[in-house]
Amino acid sequence: MSNRILTCIGCPMGCTLQVEMDGQIVKSVTGNTCKRGDTYARKEVTDPTRIVTTTVRLKNGGVVSVKTKEDIPKGKILECVKELKQLVVEGPVKIGQVVLENTAGTGIPVVATSFSK
Amino acid sequence: MKQCDLVIVGGGPAGLAAAIAAKKNGINDILIVERDEKLGGILNQCIHNGFGLHTFHEELTGPEYAYRFIQMAEELEIPYMTGSMVLDITPEKKLTVINRTEGVMEIQAKSVILAMGCRERPRGALNIPGYRPMGIYSAGTAQRLVNVDGFLPGKEVVILGSGDIGLIMARRMTLEGAKVKVVAELMPYSGGLKRNIVQCLDDFGIPLKLSHTVVEIKGKQKLEGVTLARVDEHNRPIPGTEEYYACDTLLLSCGLIPENELSREMGIAMNPVTNGPVVDESLETSIPGVFVCGNVLHVHDLVDFVSEEAAVAGRNAADYIRGNMEEKKSQGIPVETEGGIRYSVPSVVEPERMHEPVKVRFRVGNVYTNCYISLYLDDIRIQRKKRQIVTPGEMEEMVLKKEFFQEYGRPEKIRIVLEQAKQDDREVNGNE
Ligand SMILES: Cc1cc2nc3c(=O)[nH]c(=O)nc-3n(C[C@H](O)[C@H](O)[C@H](O)COP(=O)(O)OP(=O)(O)OC[C@H]3O[C@@H](n4cnc5c(N)ncnc54)[C@H](O)[C@@H]3O)c2cc1C
Ligand code: SF4
Repeated sequence: MSNRILTCIGCPMGCTLQVEMDGQIVKSVTGNTCKRGDTYARKEVTDPTRIVTTTVRLKNGGVVSVKTKEDIPKGKILECVKELKQLVVEGPVKIGQVVLENTAGTGIPVVATSFSK
Repeated sequence: MKQCDLVIVGGGPAGLAAAIAAKKNGINDILIVERDEKLGGILNQCIHNGFGLHTFHEELTGPEYAYRFIQMAEELEIPYMTGSMVLDITPEKKLTVINRTEGVMEIQAKSVILAMGCRERPRGALNIPGYRPMGIYSAGTAQRLVNVDGFLPGKEVVILGSGDIGLIMARRMTLEGAKVKVVAELMPYSGGLKRNIVQCLDDFGIPLKLSHTVVEIKGKQKLEGVTLARVDEHNRPIPGTEEYYACDTLLLSCGLIPENELSREMGIAMNPVTNGPVVDESLETSIPGVFVCGNVLHVHDLVDFVSEEAAVAGRNAADYIRGNMEEKKSQGIPVETEGGIRYSVPSVVEPERMHEPVKVRFRVGNVYTNCYISLYLDDIRIQRKKRQIVTPGEMEEMVLKKEFFQEYGRPEKIRIVLEQAKQDDREVNGNE
């Protein structure tokens, strides 16, 4: 058995959630004021994911903003950012354009979120 | 002199949504004047996601949200002028505009919508003793440097202020390879969204020190470090609690103020609490035909509400131009706030001029738990909402309907009151 302490992000209450785990199995969630806290805790301890937003360099100087098209596992954030730091794309880039097909082995593409020169 | 039915000052989300609404309500002769090289306002530098959940039911980044509105404005063929700054507006609605290629021009408008947004509090107002070495930036400036110019201001960072921009920048600088050592917050609570505390600080193990401030800045030419100390309930540093952090960058995230130089010079009545103009139910200022919306009216944290508010201003400006707006016959009914609510927008309401339900938006000055927000007409309670918590960081709203006045008569005042709920009254958030 192990315990994880989380802060619920569902609303400004920010309830402190205690999650009791048996390996990968959630035994109980306590501390939540409403149902959303329970749902959040279960996802956050078993499969936490985030959309990553950053910028990539343009060949002719400057940067363009990008994001992962969907959320990726939280543990992959730094790998994804590292990959994108090495990437140089040729402008002009259009909003929605794929700049990387598959980031950090997640199968999820990275797309531009603005127009570049 | 150029004539124009409606001139909109500022091409951020507020200006764009106002223009779109005016156009959809039959006004064709519109001009958006934007100081920057492109439309979109502050959203262009907010590359993180979390915009548009209310409006589009998806999580967009700032530039993507802006682009949706820019596209709509372009489809509606709304004229705009970028790289152009409004220098002056007279009470008669004559605008002086400077444009890099065309020089200075004057425009006579029938109606004006102010949508200039806000800017960050300057650091001079922060009262930090010591020198002002290189390496101190406002969080928003750093955001523009990193996200638009692609330049990382430093490697070792301390952030003062835990508003959303500070939190967002803590994550952003970390992803760019900087070490963010600590975020210090003067208040005993963070002004930022919980989601940002979890996803921008906790995810990266960045500590948040509440009730702390910077008491000393080290370095004459370049920043070398800062000393933090805990503060007591009067915000005075407590001796013996000092801690030194070596750093080359200090980001200040100490709040935003509406950018109202133009409004003040026009002689518009201002609200000292919001630093924005006083407005009525139509978002009209003390000068008839001049409307205001977005961050220049009061600082918003959710852009969705900016767009919604701006659409109201746009529709009302259209009514004004077409002569469909009732003239103000009285002062209107004042909206008073009590029990810890700091202000409301609008602060006066004329029921006769209400063409649609009016959203009254407001903020509290402190954190309150287990309470009610109630709407009264004089002493009659019309509505009550239960809140587990209200915080200064989240704007609240109440909807005023014309029926209320038909049913209960015209009150002396409209009151929005924060009331403590009984201890055992633990039902979850909801309306009554
Ligand atoms: C750093 C930051 C992070 C944020 N994060 C979020 C978030 O995660 N989610 C969310 O929903 N909201 C967020 N917001 C809030 C949201 O972005 C703002 O509320 C919104 O952009 C306000 O829109 P606006 O049009 O009123 O102002 P702005 O976007 O500031 O636009 C005002 C425009 O007016 C122009 N202007 C000013 N003066 C003149 C003049 N004299 N002549 C011509 N043009 C002029 C300016 O150049 C600017 O383009 C954030 C805001 C900031 C600052
Ligand atoms: S558990 Fe419910 S009340 Fe508590 S923070 Fe989460 S959403 Fe809000």
